Amino acid sequence: MLTYRKAATIALLFPPAGVPAMVHSIRASRLAREGEIESARHEGERARDWSWYAVGIGLSVYSVAFLTWLLLANNHAVARVFFGWATLTDGAAWKSMLKGFWINVQVFVIAEIIVLVWALVVAVMRLLPGPACRPIRFLATVYVDVFRGVPSLLVIYIVGLGLAQANVPIVGDFSDIQYAIIALSLTYGAYVSEVYRAGIESVHWSQTAAARSLGLTYSQTMRHVVVPQAVRRVIPPLLNDFIGLQKDTALISVLGVLDVVNRARFINNSRGTLAAYSMAAILFLLVTIPFTRWLDGLIRRQQAKTLAGR
Amino acid sequence: MAFLELRDVHKRFGSNEVLRGINLDVELHQVVCLIGASGSGKSTLLRCINQLETIDGGEIRLGGDRVSGRGIDVDVLRREVGIVFQSFNLFPHQTVLKNITLAPVKVLGFTKELAEERGIALLKRIGLEEKAKEYPDRLSGGQQQRVAIVRALAMEPRLLLLDEITSALDPELVGEVLNIVRDLAKDGMTMMLATHEMGFAKEVSSKVCFLHEGVIHEEGPPEQIFEHPQQDRTKAFVQRIIEAGRL
Repeated sequence: MLTYRKAATIALLFPPAGVPAMVHSIRASRLAREGEIESARHEGERARDWSWYAVGIGLSVYSVAFLTWLLLANNHAVARVFFGWATLTDGAAWKSMLKGFWINVQVFVIAEIIVLVWALVVAVMRLLPGPACRPIRFLATVYVDVFRGVPSLLVIYIVGLGLAQANVPIVGDFSDIQYAIIALSLTYGAYVSEVYRAGIESVHWSQTAAARSLGLTYSQTMRHVVVPQAVRRVIPPLLNDFIGLQKDTALISVLGVLDVVNRARFINNSRGTLAAYSMAAILFLLVTIPFTRWLDGLIRRQQAKTLAGR
Repeated sequence: MAFLELRDVHKRFGSNEVLRGINLDVELHQVVCLIGASGSGKSTLLRCINQLETIDGGEIRLGGDRVSGRGIDVDVLRREVGIVFQSFNLFPHQTVLKNITLAPVKVLGFTKELAEERGIALLKRIGLEEKAKEYPDRLSGGQQQRVAIVRALAMEPRLLLLDEITSALDPELVGEVLNIVRDLAKDGMTMMLATHEMGFAKEVSSKVCFLHEGVIHEEGPPEQIFEHPQQDRTKAFVQRIIEAGRL
């Protein structure tokens, strides 16, 4: 593998950086023939590095080329349908979309706060020790099994339409938005409780032993020692589920709420385009991407504080 | 009646009987060392005394009160019996000071101010008061273990159990931890320690117990166990330690 000739040959498929890869590779074989092993190795390594550059740059170039082709294909049909300039630059359309998106934001922010607490309650219930707590564990397990198994769209239908139609006391005359929040909290509460549970179980039992040996009760140990460590550990997967929740707020449009999806549909219908869907997608990305980056930073800072050089 | 009494204590993990009838008396202010090969039951015995493991037979009494079996309040027992572990087990998400003050505040009901004042005083005693605001992972192993000892002491236990507290430390850090134990022994703290530091055991203990296959095979003052062991197995064990240069 001294000369990385195969890698360089593949790299040639990804211009332009494949060319220097091949040049270095050829130089490496010449030096190897002349017995200059160290220089040959050095050239070989450069051939290898350039091969990786070539693949990386080449794939980017091809991707951009493919997207451009897609936009221009069929006499600019894709560009027209999804990125209709007239709609994308229409201030009134954006205003309407933002108004709808505000509903989605309210739904996911409130649902996330509920899920954060509710899922922890469920996780702790599932982990209660001893035979006396078996019924509670069973109840929590049934809840998790059911709401993880049923598609969120169905839960939204059942909660949103069913509770109102059956006129269930108290919740019977909630607004559609409140139903949407309940439905999403139920579904994601089940998911996130499993994330919490994994986190709690990942805290080594010696931590519990240390806390209990100091005289702390079971609940004090959970509250002050186990759960704080578990929560820190599960922030990344928790965040993953929250992004899922944010996107699933699009499903509440089936209840007839004037959210971003329904507003996009109206705009599209009246203008014969699909550009408003692109606008909705952009709005979601504007929330999820900064959210992810912010939390990555938060986790990094937290680790820098508690861990020394690990 | 001794301060701590163990009568025919049995403990089994599945089919593996780790303790097969332990009888032991510990008087107030005594330092008792448990020695013996790995797997002889030293750690299990200590963990049984503060009920981190429940015993399968026999009885444990502390200050005359039965502290094993049904109907005992383990949380009350554990306030009086502190334990320090081989792997420190500090709480990594809390500062050193918070590690020390958590139990006094939550269990003994001290105010935060009082607990912190006492915590700082304890840290001063071991020369780590400037680490009060640090997180445990930033400390060396020796420093962490010293903090773990102080965390147990903050509960003012009547009995302190030390479970191979220097076994996870680099050799050059063992001394600083043993110095604290030495000071505690001088102050009259009642202690039971499982240890492989035979020189130290010989120096500080009032009584040494040699555990073998789940029973106390021989017990006596350190001079007897280390210099004139009576039992063949004790002789063989001490002989191996001397050959390994550990005494």
